Amino acid sequence: MFGLLLGDFSSAFGAIKLIFWDPLFDENFASYARPQLLVKAGPIILIAIGLSIGFKAGIWNIGAEGQYILGAIFGASVALSLYPQESVLIFPAMILAGAFGGFIWALIPALLKVYFKTNEILVSLMLVYVAENILASVSQGLLRNPEGMGLPGSRNLKDYPSAHNSEIIANSGMHWGVLTAILAVILAYFLFLKHQKGFEIKIAGEAPKAAFFAGINPSKTIIFCMGMSGLLAGMAGLFEVAGPAGQITMSFNSGYGFTAIIVAFLGRLNPWGILLAGLLMALTYIGGEIAQLMLGLPGASIQLLQGMLLFFLLATDILTNYRFKSRSS
Amino acid sequence: MAEVLLQMDGISKSFPGVKANDKVSFHINSGEIHALLGENGAGKSTLVKMVYGLMQPDSGSMKLSSENFRPSEPSKARQSGIAMVFQHFSLFDALNVAENIALGMENPPRLEDLSEKIETVSKSYGLPLGPKRLVGQLSAGERQRVEIIRCLLQNPKLLIMDEPTSVLTPNEVKTLFETLLRLKGEGKSILYISHKLEEIREICDYATILRNGKKVGSCIPKDTSAKQIGEMMVGKSFSSPSRKSQEFGEELLQVSNLSIRTKDFFGTSLSNINFSVRVGEILGIGGVAGNGQDELLSALSGEEKTSPSTIKVFNQPIGKLAPDERRAIGMRAAPEERLGHAAAPAMTLIENTLITSHSEDVINQWGIINFDSVKEKTRDIVSEFDVRTPTLDNAATSLSGGNLQKFVIGREILQRPRVFVVNQPTWGVDAAAAAFIRQSILNLASNESAVVVISQDLDELFEICDTFAVLTNGRMSKSHDISSLSPEDVGLLMGGSDLDLKNRDKA
Repeated sequence: MFGLLLGDFSSAFGAIKLIFWDPLFDENFASYARPQLLVKAGPIILIAIGLSIGFKAGIWNIGAEGQYILGAIFGASVALSLYPQESVLIFPAMILAGAFGGFIWALIPALLKVYFKTNEILVSLMLVYVAENILASVSQGLLRNPEGMGLPGSRNLKDYPSAHNSEIIANSGMHWGVLTAILAVILAYFLFLKHQKGFEIKIAGEAPKAAFFAGINPSKTIIFCMGMSGLLAGMAGLFEVAGPAGQITMSFNSGYGFTAIIVAFLGRLNPWGILLAGLLMALTYIGGEIAQLMLGLPGASIQLLQGMLLFFLLATDILTNYRFKSRSS
Repeated sequence: MAEVLLQMDGISKSFPGVKANDKVSFHINSGEIHALLGENGAGKSTLVKMVYGLMQPDSGSMKLSSENFRPSEPSKARQSGIAMVFQHFSLFDALNVAENIALGMENPPRLEDLSEKIETVSKSYGLPLGPKRLVGQLSAGERQRVEIIRCLLQNPKLLIMDEPTSVLTPNEVKTLFETLLRLKGEGKSILYISHKLEEIREICDYATILRNGKKVGSCIPKDTSAKQIGEMMVGKSFSSPSRKSQEFGEELLQVSNLSIRTKDFFGTSLSNINFSVRVGEILGIGGVAGNGQDELLSALSGEEKTSPSTIKVFNQPIGKLAPDERRAIGMRAAPEERLGHAAAPAMTLIENTLITSHSEDVINQWGIINFDSVKEKTRDIVSEFDVRTPTLDNAATSLSGGNLQKFVIGREILQRPRVFVVNQPTWGVDAAAAAFIRQSILNLASNESAVVVISQDLDELFEICDTFAVLTNGRMSKSHDISSLSPEDVGLLMGGSDLDLKNRDKA
């Protein structure tokens, strides 16, 4: 009823309802969309938690997308090199490799910043494009499916039981990556509530000079924050390639690494806030797909919506802290 | 009798939890230098901010030249002829004098015209200042001149000065006073805020004294003793620090051939500094700020690393140790800048206690913080050092400067460091709090510690120190037994010449 009412008011309301309401409550979409919510929110939240650690310290890792890609490549490589052996150790090894891939990719801007004072925003962003090119190269070369009739793309890990990131509960969308994301939320919460490292990160962001006086080594903070966010982004990439995506392809990455930046800010860098913001952002992805399907909206319109969310959030911050003033002479 | 310029009637202003001003009334005559006195947190700043339009009173009225006056913002106050020189200068180091002044103006003229004006004003008031000079290269006194000239260009009727002498050398103070008297001679009024009672007795015609937001009295400073005024401010009599004379023990802190090239464009490099401090000794390092004081402190605190044996504590080379590692062996420091360096402004007092606490009862081997224990420590600091704060969860920035200073010093002293280095321990702190801080430094030293006090305040150094040296332009004089120094000797040392009096030198 409520949906109908809104739908009748105007097409604008209709679109909003289609994006934010129908995926969860319209019976035509819910059975597909509800599990998809967790599938999409999992990696976004996992990456955003990592980013928030750095953002609190004033360290701006913008290249989570690249770390996500490298994590997927490293993790998938472990599986593909062991194919077709079966072992319970393969999946844990893939997770470690994925985390390692994201970690070293994030370490590049971190070390450049520590030793050469480069700007981590630029370097990490540029490395996204490098990662995309590596992705394109390996999906056509090193990791290409030998039985794939020459088409780009790796073997599908869904067909490789030891490497498949399967759902923990069938048809819920709940895979190991979602569980890891929830775990990351809880750990991040305790990190900032009770742990020395969380406190150090907080001071480094609030008052760098006081942090230095306290004895906190700025280089270590940079490496820790960049490393952690890369590590989590890499794990997110691995869970994605071993689960919902299934294979390394040229179009494997879908912008989660950038969306996670919005989510980190939307959640005010608070772990629980990030959990909620991640779910909301996942909803816009799914609702956006439905809107594309039903209303023929272009794919970019949903990115526009996501961008506007961040834009309005930042505007709110500015307008609550500052006010307009006419220049009196 | 001269006419009344500013009349304040029953001014009250409250903040959540505090009554900053409670029915304060006083008036300032034309051509009068009027002192506003009180402890930290007595409500002086709030009162002055209302005159300058930064805040509005909750009740009460102000009259300027018999007309109702209630500025809603500083630009309105400036139009009415009120100007203010703040305690903390708002100047950009990388711009020159004229550019800095133009930035603060509503409708700045062309820079050449402005430069000309600056030169005329600076000459006529005896404030020499080149408009093309870079502010970063000016001394504190010269920076203050920039602020004063910025005010004088508006041709104000009332000039408000907040703690104007706290950063000046004795000579600069003299110049400032000559300027103030010249302004007074022109019929301008000055509202002068200071803790330094002797200064107020020297220059002010009339004083209004505030305590806990209320006006508690007024006097003609010239006819009242500093002790009497001080007691009105505090509401009780306070004693000046006392100490027992004692023999010094072994050398605890040794600094040899300390040289640091500064990375900061406006910093001062240290060259070849040597000194040592013994158990029970307080070494005073005098000299004007900006002559290497910050650099010396950061070398001692561990923020700046040196070769290991340059700095020795208990004969252990510690030059490479980080600040937290130095605290672990009993060496602590308190830097000059309270907000942002010694304390993180937006963080609570509890969190700020944690900044320099690394002991096992606070952080266990897994890195888990025991906040109950930190809270306990914070409570001790607040009660023993009389830090006035509504709760322990207040942000550091919400405390007044003096209260925060007591917190920062208390935080280190309560850890009973064996070696303690402090830069400007009582900067901007009222007389009672300053006496308290000095006494606790004396007590620390007599408890088998070695203390280094870096200060611009010579009176302070002579009150508490056993030995004295001067830091000028990155070089340090030999340290001398303070009781053997005459004022002329100190003057010579300050001028950068070392005394060649072998019999007085510390062996």
